[in-house]
Amino acid sequence: MKIRALFFASYRDLLGTGEIALPLPEGTTVSGMVAELRGRGGAFGKLPAYPVVAVNEEYAAEDRLLRDGDVVAFIPPVAGG
Amino acid sequence: MFRTAIVSEPILPAEILTGLPSFEDGACLLFLGVVRDHNQGRVVTGLDYEVYHGMAEKTLAAIAAEASHRFGTDRITVLHRVGELGVGDVSTAIAVATPHRGEAYEASRYIIEELKHRLPIWKRERYLEGDSDWIGGGATLDVEGPKTDASQEGGSGE
Repeated sequence: MKIRALFFASYRDLLGTGEIALPLPEGTTVSGMVAELRGRGGAFGKLPAYPVVAVNEEYAAEDRLLRDGDVVAFIPPVAGG
Repeated sequence: MFRTAIVSEPILPAEILTGLPSFEDGACLLFLGVVRDHNQGRVVTGLDYEVYHGMAEKTLAAIAAEASHRFGTDRITVLHRVGELGVGDVSTAIAVATPHRGEAYEASRYIIEELKHRLPIWKRERYLEGDSDWIGGGATLDVEGPKTDASQEGGSGE
Protein backbone atom coordinates (compact mmCIF):
# COMPACT_ATOMS: atom_id res chain seq x y z
CA MET A 1 0.00 0.00 0.00
CA LYS A 2 1.02 3.60 -0.49
CA ILE A 3 1.03 6.22 2.28
CA ARG A 4 1.58 9.98 2.06
CA ALA A 5 3.65 11.47 4.88
CA LEU A 6 3.49 15.22 5.61
CA PHE A 7 6.11 17.10 7.62
CA PHE A 8 5.49 20.55 9.08
CA ALA A 9 7.55 23.33 10.61
CA SER A 10 10.69 21.99 12.36
CA TYR A 11 10.22 18.50 10.89
CA ARG A 12 10.10 19.91 7.37
CA ASP A 13 13.25 21.93 8.02
CA LEU A 14 14.95 18.84 9.48
CA LEU A 15 14.15 16.63 6.49
CA GLY A 16 14.32 19.26 3.77
CA THR A 17 10.94 18.18 2.42
CA GLY A 18 7.31 18.66 3.38
CA GLU A 19 5.95 15.50 1.82
CA ILE A 20 7.02 12.04 0.75
CA ALA A 21 5.20 8.97 -0.53
CA LEU A 22 6.23 5.64 0.86
CA PRO A 23 5.21 2.09 0.06
CA LEU A 24 4.48 -0.01 3.15
CA PRO A 25 3.34 -3.60 3.67
CA GLU A 26 -0.32 -4.17 4.56
CA GLY A 27 -0.84 -4.24 8.31
CA THR A 28 1.66 -1.47 9.07
CA THR A 29 0.76 0.71 12.04
CA VAL A 30 1.72 4.32 12.74
CA SER A 31 4.59 3.15 14.94
CA GLY A 32 5.72 0.74 12.23
CA MET A 33 5.81 3.60 9.76
CA VAL A 34 7.78 5.76 12.17
CA ALA A 35 10.26 2.91 12.68
CA GLU A 36 10.65 2.51 8.92
CA LEU A 37 11.40 6.23 8.51
CA ARG A 38 13.80 6.40 11.45
CA GLY A 39 15.56 3.30 10.13
CA ARG A 40 16.57 5.25 7.05
CA GLY A 41 19.08 7.08 9.22
CA GLY A 42 20.44 10.52 8.44
CA ALA A 43 17.93 13.29 9.11
CA PHE A 44 15.10 10.73 9.27
CA GLY A 45 16.90 9.06 12.15
CA LYS A 46 16.45 12.28 14.12
CA LEU A 47 12.66 12.08 14.05
CA PRO A 48 11.32 11.29 17.53
CA ALA A 49 10.44 7.67 18.24
CA TYR A 50 6.98 8.68 19.45
CA PRO A 51 5.94 11.69 17.42
CA VAL A 52 2.46 13.16 17.54
CA VAL A 53 0.80 12.24 14.26
CA ALA A 54 -2.50 12.84 12.54
CA VAL A 55 -4.01 10.32 10.14
CA ASN A 56 -6.34 11.88 7.58
CA GLU A 57 -6.45 15.15 9.57
CA GLU A 58 -7.27 13.62 12.96
CA TYR A 59 -4.86 12.89 15.81
CA ALA A 60 -4.11 9.18 15.89
CA ALA A 61 -2.56 6.69 18.33
CA GLU A 62 0.69 4.89 17.56
CA ASP A 63 -1.07 1.53 17.17
CA ARG A 64 -3.42 2.88 14.51
CA LEU A 65 -3.55 0.53 11.52
CA LEU A 66 -2.77 2.33 8.28
CA ARG A 67 -4.68 1.79 5.05
CA ASP A 68 -3.81 2.42 1.45
CA GLY A 69 -4.04 6.11 0.62
CA ASP A 70 -3.85 7.36 4.20
CA VAL A 71 -2.22 10.73 4.81
CA VAL A 72 -0.02 10.72 7.90
CA ALA A 73 1.03 14.15 9.17
CA PHE A 74 3.92 14.51 11.59
CA ILE A 75 2.94 17.21 14.08
CA PRO A 76 5.75 18.98 15.95
CA PRO A 77 4.71 20.64 19.23
CA VAL A 78 1.99 23.06 18.22
CA ALA A 79 2.27 26.76 19.00
CA GLY A 80 -0.92 28.48 18.02
CA GLY A 81 -2.26 31.59 19.70
CA MET B 1 -23.49 33.86 14.60
CA PHE B 2 -21.02 30.98 14.75
CA ARG B 3 -17.82 31.44 12.75
CA THR B 4 -14.32 29.99 12.84
CA ALA B 5 -11.59 30.55 10.28
CA ILE B 6 -7.88 30.49 9.55
CA VAL B 7 -7.13 33.80 7.82
CA SER B 8 -4.13 35.41 6.16
CA GLU B 9 -5.38 39.01 6.22
CA PRO B 10 -5.18 41.34 9.24
CA ILE B 11 -7.84 40.68 11.90
CA LEU B 12 -10.16 43.66 12.49
CA PRO B 13 -11.67 43.46 16.00
CA ALA B 14 -14.54 45.87 15.34
CA GLU B 15 -15.83 43.72 12.49
CA ILE B 16 -15.82 40.65 14.70
CA LEU B 17 -17.97 42.29 17.35
CA THR B 18 -20.51 43.86 15.03
CA GLY B 19 -23.74 41.90 15.23
CA LEU B 20 -22.31 39.16 17.46
CA PRO B 21 -24.57 39.48 20.55
CA SER B 22 -28.20 38.51 20.26
CA PHE B 23 -30.94 40.36 22.19
CA GLU B 24 -30.74 37.74 24.95
CA ASP B 25 -27.05 38.44 25.57
CA GLY B 26 -25.86 40.72 28.35
CA ALA B 27 -22.16 40.02 27.88
CA CYS B 28 -19.89 40.20 24.85
CA LEU B 29 -16.23 39.40 25.41
CA LEU B 30 -13.31 39.82 23.01
CA PHE B 31 -9.90 38.22 23.53
CA LEU B 32 -6.98 39.15 21.27
CA GLY B 33 -3.67 37.33 21.03
CA VAL B 34 -1.00 39.86 20.05
CA VAL B 35 2.61 39.44 18.90
CA ARG B 36 4.97 40.80 21.57
CA ASP B 37 8.49 42.07 21.09
CA HIS B 38 10.40 39.70 23.34
CA ASN B 39 10.66 36.07 24.38
CA GLN B 40 13.11 34.47 26.81
CA GLY B 41 15.39 37.46 26.85
CA ARG B 42 15.56 37.94 23.09
CA VAL B 43 14.21 40.79 21.01
CA VAL B 44 11.55 39.49 18.63
CA THR B 45 10.86 41.38 15.41
CA GLY B 46 8.06 39.19 14.10
CA LEU B 47 6.50 35.74 13.77
CA ASP B 48 5.87 33.42 10.86
CA TYR B 49 2.87 31.18 11.44
CA GLU B 50 2.62 27.91 9.52
CA VAL B 51 -0.62 25.94 9.36
CA TYR B 52 -1.82 22.48 8.40
CA HIS B 53 -4.76 23.64 6.33
CA GLY B 54 -7.72 21.31 6.45
CA MET B 55 -6.93 19.85 9.84
CA ALA B 56 -6.59 23.31 11.39
CA GLU B 57 -9.97 24.47 10.08
CA LYS B 58 -11.63 21.28 11.32
CA THR B 59 -9.94 21.46 14.73
CA LEU B 60 -10.82 25.12 15.26
CA ALA B 61 -14.47 24.46 14.36
CA ALA B 62 -14.54 21.45 16.71
CA ILE B 63 -13.14 23.47 19.63
CA ALA B 64 -15.66 26.26 19.12
CA ALA B 65 -18.49 23.71 18.88
CA GLU B 66 -17.37 22.17 22.17
CA ALA B 67 -17.43 25.59 23.82
CA SER B 68 -20.85 26.20 22.33
CA HIS B 69 -22.25 23.04 23.89
CA ARG B 70 -20.51 23.49 27.24
CA PHE B 71 -21.42 27.11 27.77
CA GLY B 72 -24.71 27.35 25.96
CA THR B 73 -24.09 29.93 23.27
CA ASP B 74 -23.74 29.85 19.51
CA ARG B 75 -22.58 33.48 19.37
CA ILE B 76 -18.92 32.61 18.93
CA THR B 77 -16.28 33.86 16.50
CA VAL B 78 -12.74 32.48 16.49
CA LEU B 79 -10.10 33.62 14.01
CA HIS B 80 -6.43 32.65 13.78
CA ARG B 81 -4.14 34.50 11.42
CA VAL B 82 -1.22 32.77 9.67
CA GLY B 83 1.68 33.98 7.55
CA GLU B 84 4.11 36.76 8.43
CA LEU B 85 3.09 38.89 11.41
CA GLY B 86 4.85 41.85 12.99
CA VAL B 87 5.04 43.01 16.60
CA GLY B 88 1.65 44.30 17.70
CA ASP B 89 -0.28 42.37 15.06
CA VAL B 90 -3.30 40.37 16.19
CA SER B 91 -2.71 36.62 15.73
CA THR B 92 -5.85 35.31 17.42
CA ALA B 93 -9.32 36.69 18.10
CA ILE B 94 -11.96 34.99 20.23
CA ALA B 95 -15.32 36.69 20.65
CA VAL B 96 -18.14 35.21 22.72
CA ALA B 97 -21.56 36.58 23.62
CA THR B 98 -23.65 35.07 26.44
CA PRO B 99 -26.62 36.11 28.62
CA HIS B 100 -24.31 36.57 31.64
CA ARG B 101 -20.59 37.34 31.93
CA GLY B 102 -19.47 34.12 33.64
CA GLU B 103 -20.10 31.88 30.65
CA ALA B 104 -18.41 34.34 28.29
CA TYR B 105 -15.17 34.32 30.30
CA GLU B 106 -15.26 30.54 30.68
CA ALA B 107 -15.96 29.89 27.01
CA SER B 108 -13.22 32.29 25.91
CA ARG B 109 -10.70 30.65 28.25
CA TYR B 110 -11.72 27.18 27.11
CA ILE B 111 -11.22 28.07 23.47
CA ILE B 112 -7.74 29.61 23.87
CA GLU B 113 -6.46 26.77 26.04
CA GLU B 114 -7.78 24.03 23.74
CA LEU B 115 -6.46 25.91 20.71
CA LYS B 116 -2.98 25.94 22.23
CA HIS B 117 -3.12 22.20 22.88
CA ARG B 118 -4.66 20.98 19.65
CA LEU B 119 -4.57 23.43 16.76
CA PRO B 120 -1.95 22.35 14.17
CA ILE B 121 -0.27 25.73 13.84
CA TRP B 122 3.41 26.51 14.40
CA LYS B 123 5.31 29.73 14.80
CA ARG B 124 8.84 30.71 13.97
CA GLU B 125 10.20 33.71 15.82
CA ARG B 126 12.37 36.20 13.96
CA TYR B 127 14.99 37.89 16.13
CA LEU B 128 16.74 41.24 15.99
CA GLU B 129 20.05 39.51 15.18
CA GLY B 130 18.55 38.08 11.98
CA ASP B 131 18.17 34.45 13.00
CA SER B 132 14.90 32.63 13.67
CA ASP B 133 13.65 29.57 15.52
CA TRP B 134 10.56 27.37 15.73
CA ILE B 135 8.87 27.75 19.09
CA GLY B 136 8.57 24.48 20.97
CA GLY B 137 9.68 22.51 17.95
CA GLY B 138 13.44 22.31 18.21
CA ALA B 139 14.08 20.70 21.55
CA THR B 140 12.10 17.50 21.04
CA LEU B 141 13.69 16.29 17.82
CA ASP B 142 16.35 14.13 19.40
CA VAL B 143 14.39 13.08 22.44
CA GLU B 144 13.13 9.53 22.67
CA GLY B 145 10.31 8.84 25.05
CA PRO B 146 6.67 9.63 25.57
CA LYS B 147 4.75 11.89 23.30
CA THR B 148 5.74 15.51 23.44
CA ASP B 149 3.47 17.75 25.42
CA ALA B 150 2.17 20.23 22.94
CA SER B 151 0.61 22.30 25.68
CA GLN B 152 3.78 24.00 26.81
CA GLU B 153 3.60 27.74 26.85
CA GLY B 154 6.03 29.40 24.59
CA GLY B 155 6.77 32.08 22.14
CA SER B 156 5.95 35.68 21.69
CA GLY B 157 2.44 35.25 20.36
CA GLU B 158 -0.35 34.56 22.80
